[in-house]
Formats: sequence, C-alpha cells, structure tokens
Amino acid sequence: MREIVKGLWDEHPIFRQLLGMCPTLAVTTSAINGLSMGLAVVFVLFFSSLVVSVMKKIVPHQVRIAIYTVIIATFVTIVDIFLKANFPQISRALGPYVPLIIVNCIILGRCEAFASKHSIGKSLRDALGMGIGFSWGLFLLGAIREIFGARTLLGIQILPQNYDRLIVMILPAGAFLVLGFLVAIMNQIEAKAKK
Amino acid sequence: MKEVIKITTSLTLVCLICALALALVYGVAKVKIELNEKKMIQDAIIRLAPGAQRIERLNEIYKLLADNGKLEGYAFLAQGQGYQGKIKILSVIDSNLKKLVGIEIIESVETPGLGAKIQEDEFRNQFKELNTLPAIECVKEEAKKDYQIKAITGATVSSRAVVSILNKRIEKLKEELGK
Repeated sequence: MREIVKGLWDEHPIFRQLLGMCPTLAVTTSAINGLSMGLAVVFVLFFSSLVVSVMKKIVPHQVRIAIYTVIIATFVTIVDIFLKANFPQISRALGPYVPLIIVNCIILGRCEAFASKHSIGKSLRDALGMGIGFSWGLFLLGAIREIFGARTLLGIQILPQNYDRLIVMILPAGAFLVLGFLVAIMNQIEAKAKK
Repeated sequence: MKEVIKITTSLTLVCLICALALALVYGVAKVKIELNEKKMIQDAIIRLAPGAQRIERLNEIYKLLADNGKLEGYAFLAQGQGYQGKIKILSVIDSNLKKLVGIEIIESVETPGLGAKIQEDEFRNQFKELNTLPAIECVKEEAKKDYQIKAITGATVSSRAVVSILNKRIEKLKEELGK
C-alpha cells in the first residue's frame, strides 16, 4: 500500500520532487488537457515499469538506459497513435507534448530508480501511485488556470460572464505562478503536519 | 568480445520487438486516423466555404459547387516543411485562383507558443480575401498591399513556410486546372 500512497502525497512527482516540469507547465491550460496528459503518463509509466521490472535481470547494465528509453518511446508512440485514432481533438490540443512524454523524467526516473530494483508487484504499485499523483497535480493546475483564465471548468462556465478573466492564467506565466503557489501551500501543510 | 555481443543482441532484440509492436498498433489504427483526417478536411471546407452545397473530389483538389451547379471555387491541400516538421494546410480559393477565401492548418508540429500560432485566428484571418497575384508575400512590418501578410513575431520561419507552401501549391494548381 505504501508504494501507491507515497506518489499521491509524500513523494508527489510534481509538488515534492518537482519532476516533469515541461508538461506540467505547458499543457495545463485547461483541466481536460491536464487530465489527458496525466492519464497518458499513467499508461506509459505503468507499462514501462512492468516491462522494465520483468526484464531487470536480463538487461545488460551498460545499455540499460538506452533500452529503457526504447521501451518508453514505444509505449508513448502507442498512446500517440491511440489518441490520434480515437480522440483527435485531444491529440491536436496536446500536439507535440505527447511525443515529449518520452523525455519526461518521471518515467525514466521511476524505471531507473524503482522498477529496475524492485519486484513486479511493487513496481506496478509505485507506477500507479506516481502516475495518479502526477495526474491529480496536472488536473488541479489545469482546473485553477481554466477557472480564472477562461471562467470555465471542463468547458462548463462556472464564473459569471462579468468576472474579469485573468488572461495571464492561460499564458505560460500563469503556469509558473499557480505552480509556485501550490508548492508553497503544500509545504505549509507539510510543515504544520510535522508540528 | 562476449560483452559486446551480449549488448548488441539485447539492444537489437528490444528494438525489433518494439518496432513490431508499433507496426501492429499502427496497422490497426491507420484506418481510423485516415477517417479522422478526412472528416477534419470536410469540416474545414464547410467552415471556410459555408455556401458550397456540393463538393466534388479530384485527387487532392475539391471542387466547390453552388446549388445550381455553378463553380464557386476550389479547396485544396498543400503541405511542406515547417520549422520543426510537416505543415499541412487546407485552403479555399475562388474559381479564378486569384483570391484566397481562407486557410485552416490541418497538421503541424511548430513550437508551442511561437510557431504554433499559425493555427490561431489572428494569423489565419489574414488569408481571408488575400490576393494571390503576383504571389503571396510575408512581411515583418504591417502588411500594406493586398497580397501581403504580417509574419508572427518570433516565428518568421513558420510564417514564411506557410506562405511558400501556399504559393508553390497555387502555382501547381494553375497548371493542373489549366488556368
């Protein structure tokens, strides 16, 4: 159980480890974009961890990173093709960020630091925890930016039309601002919990 | 030596298996992807030329006809190299091939926030009613002539790419249609 829970809070990939900043900042212009990127990462992380954990005894040490990268790239390309075939809208919105999951350091990080050293069951739980943690982080960021930047959440209007929307929220600067506030809030909660 | 063989075979094997898996997945998804693109092109034509009642297809060119069969214009696909990769554009042009009705970007992988702005209305709207004679021109300052468009600041390469892709295709279109 610990393997799942740690990714959701204690070792949260975005707010605690500050990994995978490129997709975190770039795609969270709306809640649905954040969520779909998160789910794509869950899929890639889950299957890459599975394969890496299964192969951990037979992969030659010197070329392990190259092999992990090929495995990750394969699953990412599968996600890319799947989105193009079934969700063309989301595929267009995410654009080049889907292929960029390949270089998302959360995935290579979990494969190298965890899946290649632990049992299959543990690796899968770790991948799920980290992936879901990453997803809720992206969803929260996307939701906040969408609410204040476009007055909507998941495309449904929730702030009145006469509310002045903050354009900065859907621009890159808004991503940094919201991320900074969220990390600060998490640190505050953590500090209080320790006392 | 033994080490080298071990490394080479393991890498080759992994790559082979991955390539096979991808080929299988793509084989299954290909039909759907092509269907999606077809639908996107159809939708784009309807958005750009809402007046067209009938669409006839000749290879990559679409003839747009009014209710009474009168030729209203053509829609055509054009593609070429952008800053990072292929740009695919659907454009609608009048029946004399002199004035563009509008363009839509069907596919592009330009830099998000810079080159990707070629998909936004602000850039695309410049092509509405744009003269294609003598040729479309991309300028850095405000467009003064009716055949000029203003490049996106910081994304001159992507803007120029769109213009040159269109110019080349329109030239070819003239030959193909004998106009």
